[in-house]
Amino acid sequence: MSSLGSVAASTAQAGGVTGAEGAAVPRRRRTPYLLLLPGLLWLALFFAVPILALGSTSLQTRVPGAELGVYTQTFRWANFPDALREYSPQFARAFLYAGLATVLALAIGYPLAYAIALKAGRWKNLLLVLVIAPFFTSFILRTIAWRQVLADEGPVVGVLRALHLLGSTGSLTATNVAVVAGLTYNFLPFMTLPLYASLERMDPRLVEAAGDLYANGLTGFRRVTLPLSMPGVIAGTLLTFIPAAGDYVNAALLGNPGTTMIGNIIDSRFFRVVDYPTAAALSFLLMAAILALVFVYIRRAGTEELV
Amino acid sequence: MGTPGGGRELRLVGVTKAFGSFVAVDGVSLTVPQGSFFALLGPSGCGKTTTLRMVAGLERPTRGAIFLGDDDVTFTKPYQRPVNTVFQNYALFPHLDVGENVAFGLRRRGEKDVRRRVAEALDLVELGHLARRKPAQLSGGQQQRVALARAVVNRPDVLLLDEPLGALDLKLRRQMQIELKRIQTEVGLTFVHVTHDQEEAMTMADTIAVMNAGRIEQRGAPVELYESPASAYVANFLGQSNLLRATVSERAADRIRFEVGGQPLAMPAARCRCDGAEILAGVRPEKVRLTVEGRPAEGVDLNTLAGGIVTDASFTGVSTQFLVRLPWGQEVTVFAQNRGVGDVVGVGERVVLSWAPEHTFGLDGAQDPAAGAEVEEPVAVGAVG
Repeated sequence: MSSLGSVAASTAQAGGVTGAEGAAVPRRRRTPYLLLLPGLLWLALFFAVPILALGSTSLQTRVPGAELGVYTQTFRWANFPDALREYSPQFARAFLYAGLATVLALAIGYPLAYAIALKAGRWKNLLLVLVIAPFFTSFILRTIAWRQVLADEGPVVGVLRALHLLGSTGSLTATNVAVVAGLTYNFLPFMTLPLYASLERMDPRLVEAAGDLYANGLTGFRRVTLPLSMPGVIAGTLLTFIPAAGDYVNAALLGNPGTTMIGNIIDSRFFRVVDYPTAAALSFLLMAAILALVFVYIRRAGTEELV
Repeated sequence: MGTPGGGRELRLVGVTKAFGSFVAVDGVSLTVPQGSFFALLGPSGCGKTTTLRMVAGLERPTRGAIFLGDDDVTFTKPYQRPVNTVFQNYALFPHLDVGENVAFGLRRRGEKDVRRRVAEALDLVELGHLARRKPAQLSGGQQQRVALARAVVNRPDVLLLDEPLGALDLKLRRQMQIELKRIQTEVGLTFVHVTHDQEEAMTMADTIAVMNAGRIEQRGAPVELYESPASAYVANFLGQSNLLRATVSERAADRIRFEVGGQPLAMPAARCRCDGAEILAGVRPEKVRLTVEGRPAEGVDLNTLAGGIVTDASFTGVSTQFLVRLPWGQEVTVFAQNRGVGDVVGVGERVVLSWAPEHTFGLDGAQDPAAGAEVEEPVAVGAVG
């Protein structure tokens, strides 16, 4: 910050401002705020204003006798308990699926990130590109592609049937397995990249030191590598869980009416039923629930203890 | 603490390590007696750290064997060897406090009395009061001590130190040299210390092995290496030497006579590691005396070389360092202590060099007299090996 300040000060002097030395001090103090301004404005316009609008909507009620989609502000706080009561199964399902997807993504992403960061050698950059490569295609398209992958005639079902893990008439499309698999797949890069970053940053000599101090490979991993990669684990799980809990694409494209998540309800309340207050109330409830979970999680994980 | 470690001697037999076509360590054989302070000395890239890593089990030798006592540990995993390392960058675990860092090895082996032994190890390095700190909250010197305590606490058969003082500033380094020697004497463990700093090696070690290009050039006590270097490389790397091309004129049972620039000189036969007629006659700069030409030299039976001209004199306080150009152009370094007696010699003066024949050493004349001399002086602050 101070170097930026001095740049500003020197520009002021170069600009021939009289008494530049006196002006340099307030300028230096102002610079950080000036730099923050675009971001703050953006947030105010596209975050604070919509949130307030959403909050206002969540307390509205239908105008009796009026057309569909016309609501008036009545500060009806009961919208919240009503919405929660009606859609608690979908809430629970959203958190269950998101939780499962997070655990699966961690189980797949950790070894992947570990291999790329510590074992890939000159293939490191190529593998990283491959992790990011799915982002070059649309999220929706990739999810639709999963319908083909999991289709009854597809390879996955074929193998599972051959192994008798799936009955001869069993199928994967339109099941909760497909939804969780889709969520896991779609958010895997968000898990892998922070894990990679924290593992890559770790000094490999620490693992050598653990070995030198009588820790075998597994103990060395448990006592040194894993604790040091915890910032990556926390970032990755949050980046996976939060969007997965609010996701509706996977449940809509890969699931059935019995796998509806809260995101699907919000989507249909807004765009199909045109029930804005319930949709807004559900959005707030989802946000609050995620915030509460994340708060408890971070307190438990103790990020401040980590380096 | 205080009881001598139940260590065993460390033996390397023809150990070779090749990385692709590059041979880092080439047939190194050595024995480190139990309880000794052994230094592997050499410039960076000479293979000393690779040798150390093979003893630690962090590298597998391409050929050869490593023994601890009678046990062949050549291919034993690092965590199965009773060997601990003080790493160059310390490699302290940043997520554990100082006490847990020191306790790490004991806990892995399921030892009893962890708390007491950690406290003792930290007291040994005078850091008992910092047990609850994280490594990042310590100074470089303190981290170095923690790394030492973390290794010593396990009472290994051999404790390896990889340039442990390399990252410390000069003053702290001198202090830690004395400290390390004290701790080694106190715990009685075998220390194998890798360093590029010849002064550090000489201050601390009982035995030094000088390494060059993957091989051991010479091993012995510091005094032995300094007074009787076996090669031009050792003569130049360990302190400074004047190496003069000489021709042997007579070999007697106890004395060798030879000529340098046509002037007759002599040395005891036992001090010549050479058979041929062409040799390098060496003498350390502080052994040489300067006398203004025409005045009688003090002492009898001295080797004398006449015809030198002083080309440079730099006063350093305790001594003055002279450069004397000999008639054939070679420059010889002379350190003269400032005792306030003898001639005051100035630049441009014609002088006679004299020294005792017993201070002469003879080397095979086929060597490059400058070998080991071009090696950069270690940088005082933030040096890396």
